[in-house]
Amino acid sequence: MSVDVDPELIALPDEPVVAVRASRLRLPRSPKILIGFALLVLFLLLAVLGPILAPHDPSATTADLLQPPSGAHWLGTTQSGQDVFSQLLVGARSTVLIGFLAGATATALSIVVGVTAGFVGGLVDDILSLVTNVFLVIPALPLLIVMAAYLPQSTSSNPVVIGLIISLTGWAWGARVLRAQTLSMRRRDFVESARVIGEPRWRIIGHEILPNLAAIVMSSFLFTVLYAIGTFVALAFLGVVDVSHWSWGSMLFWAESLNAAQVNAWWWFFPPGLAIALLGTSLALVNFGIDEFINPRLRAAGLSRKVARRAGLPRRAKLGLTPVLGGHR
Amino acid sequence: MSDQEAVLDIQGLSVDYGVGADAVHAVVDVSLRLARGEVLGLAGESGSGKSTLAYAVTRLLRAPGVITGGQAWFAVDDGPAVDLMAADAHQLRKLRWSEISVVFQSAMHALNPVMRIGRQLSDVIRAHRPGLSSSELKQRAVRLLGLVGIDGDRLGSYPHELSGGMRQRVMIAMALALEPKVVIMDEPTTALDVVTQREILEELIGLRDRLGFSVLFITHDLSLLIELADSIAVMYAGRLVERAPARTLFDSPCHPYTYGLRGSFPALSGERSRMTGIPGSPPDLRNVPSGCAFHPRCGYALEQCRHDTPKLLQLAGGTADRSVACWLHDGDRTPPAELTDHPPVVEAGNTVGGAA
Amino acid sequence: MPHLLRRLAFYLVTAWAAITVNFFLPHLMPGDPVQNLVARSEGKLSPQAVDALRVQLGLSGHQSLWGDYFRYWGQLFHGNLGLSTSFYPAQVSTVLSAALPWTLILVGTATVISFVVGTLAGALVAWRRGSWLDGVLPVSTFFQAVPYFFFALVLLIFFGNDLGWFPIAGGFDQGMSPGLSLPFVGSVIQHGFLPAVTIVASSIAGWILSMRNMMVTTMDEDYVLVAEAKGLPGRQVVGYAARNAILPSVSSFSLSLSFVVSGALLTEIVFSYPGIGFQLLQAVQSEDFPLLQGIFLIITFAVLAANLVADLVYTLLDPRTRQEA
Repeated sequence: MSVDVDPELIALPDEPVVAVRASRLRLPRSPKILIGFALLVLFLLLAVLGPILAPHDPSATTADLLQPPSGAHWLGTTQSGQDVFSQLLVGARSTVLIGFLAGATATALSIVVGVTAGFVGGLVDDILSLVTNVFLVIPALPLLIVMAAYLPQSTSSNPVVIGLIISLTGWAWGARVLRAQTLSMRRRDFVESARVIGEPRWRIIGHEILPNLAAIVMSSFLFTVLYAIGTFVALAFLGVVDVSHWSWGSMLFWAESLNAAQVNAWWWFFPPGLAIALLGTSLALVNFGIDEFINPRLRAAGLSRKVARRAGLPRRAKLGLTPVLGGHR
Repeated sequence: MSDQEAVLDIQGLSVDYGVGADAVHAVVDVSLRLARGEVLGLAGESGSGKSTLAYAVTRLLRAPGVITGGQAWFAVDDGPAVDLMAADAHQLRKLRWSEISVVFQSAMHALNPVMRIGRQLSDVIRAHRPGLSSSELKQRAVRLLGLVGIDGDRLGSYPHELSGGMRQRVMIAMALALEPKVVIMDEPTTALDVVTQREILEELIGLRDRLGFSVLFITHDLSLLIELADSIAVMYAGRLVERAPARTLFDSPCHPYTYGLRGSFPALSGERSRMTGIPGSPPDLRNVPSGCAFHPRCGYALEQCRHDTPKLLQLAGGTADRSVACWLHDGDRTPPAELTDHPPVVEAGNTVGGAA
Repeated sequence: MPHLLRRLAFYLVTAWAAITVNFFLPHLMPGDPVQNLVARSEGKLSPQAVDALRVQLGLSGHQSLWGDYFRYWGQLFHGNLGLSTSFYPAQVSTVLSAALPWTLILVGTATVISFVVGTLAGALVAWRRGSWLDGVLPVSTFFQAVPYFFFALVLLIFFGNDLGWFPIAGGFDQGMSPGLSLPFVGSVIQHGFLPAVTIVASSIAGWILSMRNMMVTTMDEDYVLVAEAKGLPGRQVVGYAARNAILPSVSSFSLSLSFVVSGALLTEIVFSYPGIGFQLLQAVQSEDFPLLQGIFLIITFAVLAANLVADLVYTLLDPRTRQEA
């Protein structure tokens, strides 16, 4: 089975990270990663504490219809007088929960499939790769819609079930990346020597290969969570998933079907959309950090501004123009 | 050698990796002269700074390389010599390849895998000689391939379709595309098998005789240089330690390091002899020994060698231009017999190449 | 060539898998699928529709499951995707063939623009690393995280409603008759502008980031240094790197396309654009399962075809694939 040129292959560090010693952990210091991390923690807290912090019952209707943000209702009200802010806080839980659940399941699945395929090779690899590629190519959202549509009413409102079927469409990418990395690692010296010594397969996978895949698994997990949240929101937006449970996606469903856009009730759909965007951004930023950790070349290396200015050098040397100290090039 | 003859005059070049206290001094105060039509071999172990020097001269050194001092005067036909260290991007672009070209070590990595070699040969010609028609460009490319013995209908091939030896030949042809004055060759045959290596080196000598360009030939394999080079410069830990005409260097090395290098490879003919290597290993450039960097491994080390870094000294006497950086040859000192101009003929087999 | 043939074989296998899943899905769910559908539809299905559905799904009890399966294949080869229950008795294929061209044009154009501009931008950002252009990266990241339909809503309100620069619904002005006349085409462009901008803005970040990352790696290669050593003008040196760096973007096209398709469907819904996305919403809301399944198949086939084109392009760009040693 021909393997496409996998960009992820090139990202592997030259030296295997044998044991994650504290001295080796060069924690990223770039601001964007710290921001991403902070945001992520914020959202996780929101997911846990949301329903407790919500000032009103999100489903409770009031007489204040379609009110813009005010002191009483921080983010305004909906068509039926429900408090948008409370909806946002309560909705955080199922959105984040399903996202992370689906992400975790999909990542676990991708590890099993990807590492097995890469390590065992042969016919097993061919079959697993075929299955992976099929799942990769088939468009996820239409498939999910069809699957969800056929679910009996009771099951389709169960968030765990939703999370599971979302993960069924989200594991393939991670599996492909992990397979490529496992393949390249299998040929490395330290794995070969473990084999020659006679270490049992499961030990090799557990002790030699998995630790080195840790960063990539983490990155894959975050990416999958991003995907899962986006997909869940899309499904809720379409009304495929039970919209009586509050989530950011269902907020947008109600906003769309009750024509919030047409009546300029921006406070209704801005918050959930913005929340999704921020959560997604935080995941992406943390992912950035992991990318730079995996591939040091991506780091914003080069001289610090102070050092560069003092030496009279450009911060980043241009290719083919080696800087001369004290020169003006 | 008068100034007029030198096509490349490097004066006191120093190159660091990084800036500030942690900077690694890869090249320290190296001065070299390359005459027109001369083949200068630059030899040393890995980490000696020879490649760094070569790339720094052409300002092609990658980050975090920084040039911390010195000049590199390049003789141009129309006007005074240009200091490559002070040149701007525009000047460098003009000089590059048309006056100085480079042959990289691994042709597989130095050739663009998605471009046909004909195109890679002609794009540089087009860049420097605009106004040539495409058929003229094609003709030139065919001629270049012919120079290195490759058939013209390989113009449309991709690098991965050629053998290792052919790729290296293409690199050499490419380097000669604009008939430069200087060709820098960075270990061009290291990745090849011995037979191909020999073929390519012979072709190189032939080309040099025909076209008359100068060559800066970088290698860790000293034995290659005896037939190829006119003169050899030896580097150690970023400094130049000896320079002499090739034959002389082999027959009578003056620096203990060169002496040790020469004794490190066996002669193919003559009687068997005991091989002497050089004890120890090359220094970590972040932690260079004080004084003469070689002293921990030197069998002739003096007390002075531990404290003072020797400067490159012109050797008095002898016919040709020789210099060595070693306290043994300083002033009135008498160096050991084997390290003089006329070493005693040692036990059978130790002179390189057998019969002198 | 063998590379392409292998890819084609793969796509055929995938198509087979999609069709098979499509067929078996109703049977996999617990309970009688038709009963489930009737229950969910809450009376929207007429008795005739239910009967037709039963026959279509192979649940009329007349034939074995395998028989139905082969019959299903036969139907597909005749272009028969079944009967739509919400547009009963119209054929699914008829309903979709009206909507498909709109989606194809919108998504096709937007994707091409996004890819081209994104890759160029990515190459530029990588080349001028350390300059202000690096700021493009976090901005793109943010836009990448914004859900398509949210962005669409924002654009709709701002440019459509408030500023009135663009129409807020439909594919073309209602009064016009379709044809290749200039006013019609102009109207189409006007209606398609905001949806296209939405799709481009949301997908471009992926291309930028992936190209930039690959360029950074490629610029470390010797042949890029050779290009500089040759004294080639800057553009050509970038070209040396870019022509290699673009390869992974092309080969990972399938993954990106999956996202674009999902986003495009939702965008169409927001803009009431008369494409497949809109039909999708309709089908979900009216529990029109044949239509839903038909949409799934059509989208899958379109994606497979697009992937095949991407593979073809890859073969053209990377000469190493043309020779399977």
